[in-house]
Amino acid sequence: MNVLILGWALTVAQTLLGLAMLFSTFRLLRGPRAQDRVGALDSLYANAMLLMVVFGIRAGTPLFFEAALIIAIVGFASSSALAKFLMRGEVIE
Amino acid sequence: MTQAPELPLWATIIVAGFVVYGAALTLLGTIGLARLKTFYERVHPPTLGLTMGNVSILIASITCFSVLQSRPVVHEVLLLFFVTLTTPVTMMLLARAALFRDRSKAYDERIATEAQLAAQRQADELAAAQREAAELSDQQ
Repeated sequence: MNVLILGWALTVAQTLLGLAMLFSTFRLLRGPRAQDRVGALDSLYANAMLLMVVFGIRAGTPLFFEAALIIAIVGFASSSALAKFLMRGEVIE
Repeated sequence: MTQAPELPLWATIIVAGFVVYGAALTLLGTIGLARLKTFYERVHPPTLGLTMGNVSILIASITCFSVLQSRPVVHEVLLLFFVTLTTPVTMMLLARAALFRDRSKAYDERIATEAQLAAQRQADELAAAQREAAELSDQQ
């Protein structure tokens, strides 16, 4: 019974997060200017990280936590590098 | 489909509630990202939604693993710290870049308009001088 409740809640959460990734992909493809696309990419990264955490809860191992941590850090680095590129025209001056 | 860890009822309710709540908040923020009209409106919703969604899902994760391993497992706090710290920083950098680009675009447009106006004025003056010269040559 408990497993059933938790399993369905995790399925619902994964569906919602997948929908969220779909919406940010829409903005990524559609976005009128470059800054819209970079913001959508950042949100896509964060959603993927949350999906990884939820999958880790489902699998019952803390193994996926490291993957989520790496996605979060790489997402931050790439987004800030892209923002810097938009501002200055080059990443490292 | 319904594979999940075996938890006591109270932990199941906490984990399920927080997971669904966090996912719904994240979806809400992303819908805002997709639907709002201008870029400066679009910066805010993913930041707000993602921060609170992160907090909820990570609370669920902490509860789940603490109950599973019957000891406090708080390494998710690291992720919480990183995400809460980095999401606003990224969005602020992006908003500043966008502001800079908009300003430089407006500046370029103003310079172009002024150059066009100046060229028009010069052409008018040239035409007036030519007309004057033609009138003078007619009189002679």
